[in-house]
Amino acid sequence: MTSTLTPVRKRSALTKGQLPKAAPYIVLAVALVLGAAILALIGFNAFGWAIVSAILFAAGLVGWSLVVEGARKAKDKLATCLVVGAFLAALLPLFSVIWTVLVNGLPGLLDPGFLTTSMNGVTGAFDNKTVEEGAPLLGGIYHALMGTLLITVLATIISVPVGLLTAIYLVEYGEDRALARAITFFVDVMTGIPSIVAGLFAAAAFFAVVGPGTKTGAVAAVALSVLMIPVVVRSSEEMLKIVPNELREAAYALGVRKWRTILKVVLPTAISGIASGITLAIARVIGETAPILVTAGFATTINTNVFSGWMASLPTFIYTQILNPTSPSNPDPSSQRAWGAALVLIILVMLLNLGARLIARMFAPKTGR
Amino acid sequence: MTTTSLTKSRGAGHVGDKVFSAATLAAGCLILVVLFGVALFLVIQAFPALVASPDKIQGGEGFFTYIWPLVIGTLIASVIALVIATPIAIGVALFISHFAPRKLASGLGYVIDLLAAIPSVVYGAWGVAFLAHEISPAYNWLANNMGWLPIFQGPASATGKTILTAGIVLAVMVLPIITSLSREIFLQTPKLHEEAALALGATRWEMIRMTVLPFGRPGIISAVMLGLGRALGETMAVALVLSSGALTASLIQSGNQTIAAEIALNFPEASGLKVSTLIAAGLVLFVITLGVNMIARGIITRHKEFSGAN
Repeated sequence: MTSTLTPVRKRSALTKGQLPKAAPYIVLAVALVLGAAILALIGFNAFGWAIVSAILFAAGLVGWSLVVEGARKAKDKLATCLVVGAFLAALLPLFSVIWTVLVNGLPGLLDPGFLTTSMNGVTGAFDNKTVEEGAPLLGGIYHALMGTLLITVLATIISVPVGLLTAIYLVEYGEDRALARAITFFVDVMTGIPSIVAGLFAAAAFFAVVGPGTKTGAVAAVALSVLMIPVVVRSSEEMLKIVPNELREAAYALGVRKWRTILKVVLPTAISGIASGITLAIARVIGETAPILVTAGFATTINTNVFSGWMASLPTFIYTQILNPTSPSNPDPSSQRAWGAALVLIILVMLLNLGARLIARMFAPKTGR
Repeated sequence: MTTTSLTKSRGAGHVGDKVFSAATLAAGCLILVVLFGVALFLVIQAFPALVASPDKIQGGEGFFTYIWPLVIGTLIASVIALVIATPIAIGVALFISHFAPRKLASGLGYVIDLLAAIPSVVYGAWGVAFLAHEISPAYNWLANNMGWLPIFQGPASATGKTILTAGIVLAVMVLPIITSLSREIFLQTPKLHEEAALALGATRWEMIRMTVLPFGRPGIISAVMLGLGRALGETMAVALVLSSGALTASLIQSGNQTIAAEIALNFPEASGLKVSTLIAAGLVLFVITLGVNMIARGIITRHKEFSGAN
């Protein structure tokens, strides 16, 4: 009698009562098919398919797990599904916004002269002609682009020295004094000032000092500085704090003065982080609309003098073109210009964000050896 | 004497030290002065509206009758934004800190931060051109099926430019703030707590519920408060999306208005007492957001002291 021992592959006791590894994929496939079937009954669209399939997938996986693995594991699966679902839900508006701006903005941006002409003299009659007779779209964002750049540069010139010096005071001279603690607290408070209140402050201050109705690019720059200074202080402070104390002590030991130590040792070590923090602060204020709206007004002509006259900027240009189209009866040309400007603005902000990352990497202190 | 040269300071370096430390001190004080100036100038310019006879203020019944519906409208929009954004933001923060593969996590965090980089006026344009249009069928459905609830009372706005749409846009805007702060807190959960929970056989969700969430609760609360501060002061999204009107309970009709949007819509053309009224409205907004932010910061600092996280 020959008994052959055929090895029987049994599932290990350790993995008993668990779903097979392929379970999520099986459930996903079933959910997609079922979702398509349900959507076919009530009218198909891709977005509804994704939603229905996601709900079916979660219900199927959790239900299966409840039967095989028990309530605790099923609850874990449910939580995982919800968390992943929340992440995907958060991505939806991001892609939707970028897609909307790209689709609507490209025709405007590709329009010849869009970046090099202003809205000077462009009236509703021209827009009506564009819609009714197919005349070329007139008008562009040159004045708004110039305004945005000038106001932002001026705001940067005001905020960076103040913000950086304050950060140096807090880290190098503050030593937990009452004044330093007060400054830290009020910088935090300033971070939370609504942008429109910053605009109102600048407007109110210039109304009181210069005269009622003062609206220039410089007022807008002051308003933006109120928003920018706390960001610069916070990021520079963080960067100065992580400079190793040994570097300072080594400099002091060589007899170097404190201010020379700060300028020649501490700042160069932290410069990459500070520069990228400043770039991010610029990216934050370049898209601010409300403070510019109440401080610089909106112009249709090119104005390169920040100290007199109303000034246009990209955000206010978008706002006014949407809310008050140049030609009320035919708003399409205006909205095309608005989306073109929105695309330019988003590209600027993304470039600044990217630039911040590059700066942080390029100027990072060499840590060889 | 050689000893004096060690203790006696002289030369350019000495002056440089004095000048430099004075400059940093001046910059620090300037910030305090500016913040004081914000309050001072707002009060000075708002004063005429606060003391003017009631019939001169818009609406004809005095400043407080004018500002009251705006405060309520601001709160409604912010509460909608928080109700939508908070669960999603906590989910996203958990996903990035505890669920996503370690290598992807920081990249995914950066993607969520991109949401914060998009200018608010672009959100407003998106809300009015895309979201309001897409969401109005849903409002019709709500009005037909849930109309017995006062907040979904019909007839729904045909354009979709309602306070609920504005709230949804605000939710998208505060999402990255709540997410990044909660993520920081979740990552600070003591590793030993987490590992102890897992060693006792807890599933990942049980581990999160027993260690991460209790540890992070004060952080989540302050993150939500900071999100509230942002939502209260957000202007352009509401100004573009909402078709404003009188205070109504229904969220899916046009109506309601927020302080910030009221200022943005009316300030450019305002003059005289109207300017003072709007600046006074700004002062009210400033006080509200200041209170919310100070409470949030207070929670954060108190939490820092006893958490031992660092």
